[in-house]
Amino acid sequence: MFQTVALSGSRGERRLFSDVNVTVKPGTLLAVVGENGSGKTSFLRMLCGLLSPDGGEILWQGNNIRKLKELYSAQLTYVGHLNGIKDELTPVENLKVSACLAGDESSGGVVQKALEAVGLGRAVHRLPTRVLSQGQKRRVTLARLWLSTRPLWLLDEPFASLDAAATSYLTQQIQSHLSRGGMVVVATHQEIDLPPDCIQHLRLTQ
Amino acid sequence: MSQPSLSEALRGVVRRDLLLAMRHRSDVAMSVFFVVIVASLFPLGVGPEPAVLRTIASGVLWVTALLACLLSLGRLFTADYLDGVLEQTLLIPQPLAVLVVGKVFSHWVISGLPVVLLSPLLGLQFGLSGESLGVLTLSLLLGTPTLSMIGAIGAALTLGLRGSGLLVALLVLPLFIPVLIFGAGAVSSSLAGIGSEANLSLLGACFLLSLAFAPWATAVALRIALE
Repeated sequence: MFQTVALSGSRGERRLFSDVNVTVKPGTLLAVVGENGSGKTSFLRMLCGLLSPDGGEILWQGNNIRKLKELYSAQLTYVGHLNGIKDELTPVENLKVSACLAGDESSGGVVQKALEAVGLGRAVHRLPTRVLSQGQKRRVTLARLWLSTRPLWLLDEPFASLDAAATSYLTQQIQSHLSRGGMVVVATHQEIDLPPDCIQHLRLTQ
Repeated sequence: MSQPSLSEALRGVVRRDLLLAMRHRSDVAMSVFFVVIVASLFPLGVGPEPAVLRTIASGVLWVTALLACLLSLGRLFTADYLDGVLEQTLLIPQPLAVLVVGKVFSHWVISGLPVVLLSPLLGLQFGLSGESLGVLTLSLLLGTPTLSMIGAIGAALTLGLRGSGLLVALLVLPLFIPVLIFGAGAVSSSLAGIGSEANLSLLGACFLLSLAFAPWATAVALRIALE
C-alpha cells in the first residue's frame, strides 16, 4: 500500500499543493489531474523520491520512503516527462540497457517482444532512435512497462503524443498490471478507459 | 519485483557510455587531436633547443592532459541530464556513488586513456629519454583518473547552468594543482636523476583520496541538480 500524509510541495517561492492525503491500494490507479503548471510533475517526482517535499510524508507499506531509499527505488518504475532514452542507440539497445539497469530480463527476444507489443515493428528496431517520430520515441520509453515486474508505476503524461492504437495498448497494459495487484499513479489530462471502481482522482489546485 | 545486482548496474552504466562513445567516434578523435596539436605547438614556438625542450616537457604535457580532461567534462553528465537518462540513473536501486564511479571510469577510458597511450610518442618530440618516457606514462596513468574524478564533482555542480563550461574550469582547475605538481614533478625528478618514487606515490595517494570522496560528493551534487 502506498500513502501520502499531509504532503505539501512548492517550486521556489510558489506553493504548489498542500495537505495532500491519498492512499493507493493494490489493484487501483490514482489519476492526478490539474491545469498546466498545477504541480503534477512535481508531485510525481516527489513520489519517486527525486524531489523532497516541503512537509508531510510519503509512506510505502507504512515506512517513510526517505528511510527506505534504495529499497523503495526497487519497487517503482517511473516514466517521466523526459523519455530517458538515448537518441544514438537503437530502440532495442535502449530497452536492453533500461531492462538490465532495472534488473529485469534483457535478452534480445524479450526486448523485441516488448517493442512489438507497443506497436513498433521490426523495421524500426535497428534504426537509431534519433530518426523516429515523437510518438515512436514515447513508445520505446513505454515498452519498459512490458518488461517491468515492479509493483508501483509512476507515469507522467504517458498518453502524450500517442495515437489511438498505442493509447489502447497502454491502457490494456495498465489494466493487466492492476489485475495482478499492481499500483499505478498517472498524471494526465485524458480520461483513462478503465473500470471506474479502480480509479480515484486527485485534483491539484493552487 | 526486480533489482539489479551492483555489478550488473555498474556494467550497464559503463556499457551504455562506451557504446555511445563508439557512436560518437569523432568526439573521441577530437580530444586526441587536441592533445597532439597543443603538445606539438610548443616545440615549434619555443625552438628546437633540446635542453630547453627537455626542461619544459613534463609541464607542457601535463597541462595538455589537464586541458583535454577539462574539455571533455561537459559531456560527462549534460546529455544524460537533458534526455532524462540521469533521472532514471538516480532511480536505480544501487548506491549512486558507485554508479558515478562507472560513469567516471568510462569518461576516463574515452578521454584519459588515449592521452596516456599517446604520451610516449609526444614525449619523444621533447627529447625525453627512455626512462623518463616510462615515468611520464606511469604518472599520467596514475594521474588522469584522479583528474576525471575531481572533474566529475565540478561537472555535477554546474549541471544545468548557463555558461557552465567556463565555470567548471574555474572550479576544477585549482583542484587539479596537486596532481599537476606531483605528475610533472615525477618526470622532472627522473630527468634530474633523483628517483621518481616519491612523486608517484603521492599521485597514487591523490587517486585513492579522490576515489574515496569524489564519487560521494558528485552523487550529492547530482541529486541537488535534479531537485
